[in-house]
Amino acid sequence: MSTPIVYQLGHKPIKDHVFSSDRSLLAITKDNTVEIYRIGTAKPQLVTTLKGHDKTVTSVDISPDNSKILTCSQDRNALVWEYSQAEGEYKPTLVLLRINKAATCCRWSPNGDKFAVGSNDRIVAICYYEEENDWWVSKHLRLRSTVTSLDWHPNNVLLAVGSTDGHARVFSTFIKGLDAKPAPSVWGSRLPFQTLCGDFTNETGAWVHAVSFNPNGDSLAYVSHDSSLVLVYPEGEGLPPKNIVSLKTNYLPFKSVLFLGENSLVASGHNCNLIVFQGDESGWKQTKELEQQKDLIHDLPPKTDEDEEISSHDALNMFRQLDLKGKVNKASDKSGKALSTIHQNTVTAIKYFTKGKVSTSGIDGKVVIFNV
Amino acid sequence: MSQSLKPYLTAVRSSLTAAICLEDFSSQLVERHNRPEIEVDNSHNPELILNPMVIARNENEKVLIEPSINSVRVSIKIKQADEIEQILVHQFARFLTSRAENFFILRRVPIKGYDISFLVTNFHTEQMLKDKLVDFIIEFMEEVDKEISEMKLFLNARARVIAEAYLTPFD
Repeated sequence: MSTPIVYQLGHKPIKDHVFSSDRSLLAITKDNTVEIYRIGTAKPQLVTTLKGHDKTVTSVDISPDNSKILTCSQDRNALVWEYSQAEGEYKPTLVLLRINKAATCCRWSPNGDKFAVGSNDRIVAICYYEEENDWWVSKHLRLRSTVTSLDWHPNNVLLAVGSTDGHARVFSTFIKGLDAKPAPSVWGSRLPFQTLCGDFTNETGAWVHAVSFNPNGDSLAYVSHDSSLVLVYPEGEGLPPKNIVSLKTNYLPFKSVLFLGENSLVASGHNCNLIVFQGDESGWKQTKELEQQKDLIHDLPPKTDEDEEISSHDALNMFRQLDLKGKVNKASDKSGKALSTIHQNTVTAIKYFTKGKVSTSGIDGKVVIFNV
Repeated sequence: MSQSLKPYLTAVRSSLTAAICLEDFSSQLVERHNRPEIEVDNSHNPELILNPMVIARNENEKVLIEPSINSVRVSIKIKQADEIEQILVHQFARFLTSRAENFFILRRVPIKGYDISFLVTNFHTEQMLKDKLVDFIIEFMEEVDKEISEMKLFLNARARVIAEAYLTPFD
């Protein structure tokens, strides 16, 4: 197994990242801006910085045909950026979201003709382009709580929504005149806008951090703050689900989940490591941790770094020794502890990179491409 | 470290590690605001607050951890066996809180019933490593007992010296 590729892109938190479909461009969020890098050479080259939001950018996504970049921010806005050949830069178009609170996450639909923006206003805005007004307009899905995550079903109509009230829901976002009538699936056959096709929750009611459809869209996985991973297999319209597999783990809560195939998925989050799970309808189990990891609670063996920083405690001890006994001892080598994983802080997003590879971004400002 | 301190600190460390799993979360109520949810009156919006927990070594020594989606409040009650220790703890806490901005996570006013409070928000965990933050709080708890008993010893020794000097007859 080859070593992961690590891109250290500053030290500011990266809330979300996305690669273009040809894997040549990488877009990351950084404070109020989105930075676009060209990947391929040894070091990622900064192509441009998208400045248009005046509060933290929470999410970024590139449309499936690579022509548009979607960003959303806590300043209540979402922007669609298009590259203008004439001016040689990205130009933003404001989306008519009609929300009053922060936008938390945004995702293009698989066909790229509409997108969803989740918000703190307890609304998911489904946005599509209206030719006659030359504007991105939106229709609202109403919920009872902040939206934390979104995932599109491959049929371009169904949308999974995770929220802080601990529910993972599946909604229809069928828009007349835009979508072709979807083929009936396990989620239902008649799907007018805002049909609730599924509503799942844990008994703990913990915040749902991420939702994901499996590749063919017949089941749904979600991770929540009680460190559990839940997979739902629906039976069909109006029937209770065939099976719900709930897996409690000993890790810190996961923030992101991604299917690698029909029978395996990878999850990561506050534990800074990637965990691979495998299974099917009858049951799932953890198969491996991608990186060797030591227990967070118990002491790690001291690492011998040359440029060890002296902690304030060591400094205090040193001066006390100077003061009381008039001698200088070397600072104890207690400091310099680091996590044994590549990411030193919470992993915020996992995205599919190529077959057998996933990319992750973290609060520590790293984007890493792992082999799984 | 005494025998009973170790399990106490281990319990606090595990609880803090689990509690400090924070994310950026802007207010559901006020537009364009981003506040520590634990500090906001959330009676109408209780889903963002998790259950508080108290870890007590004995009735005089305990830690209260109040987690929420984007912030954790940690309040510590320091052991106070007698009046001298009470005064020392009070002065010590005052010394620290008046320099709160140098400590980043220190809260200026402790929670009622506790001597010192920390407020850890998602912005702290973004700037600093989480395990270092936990280390800092644990180290603080470890040191503060030692510091207070040391100060008490110094105080007593000084009192003795002064009393002796005072009672020495003149030549």
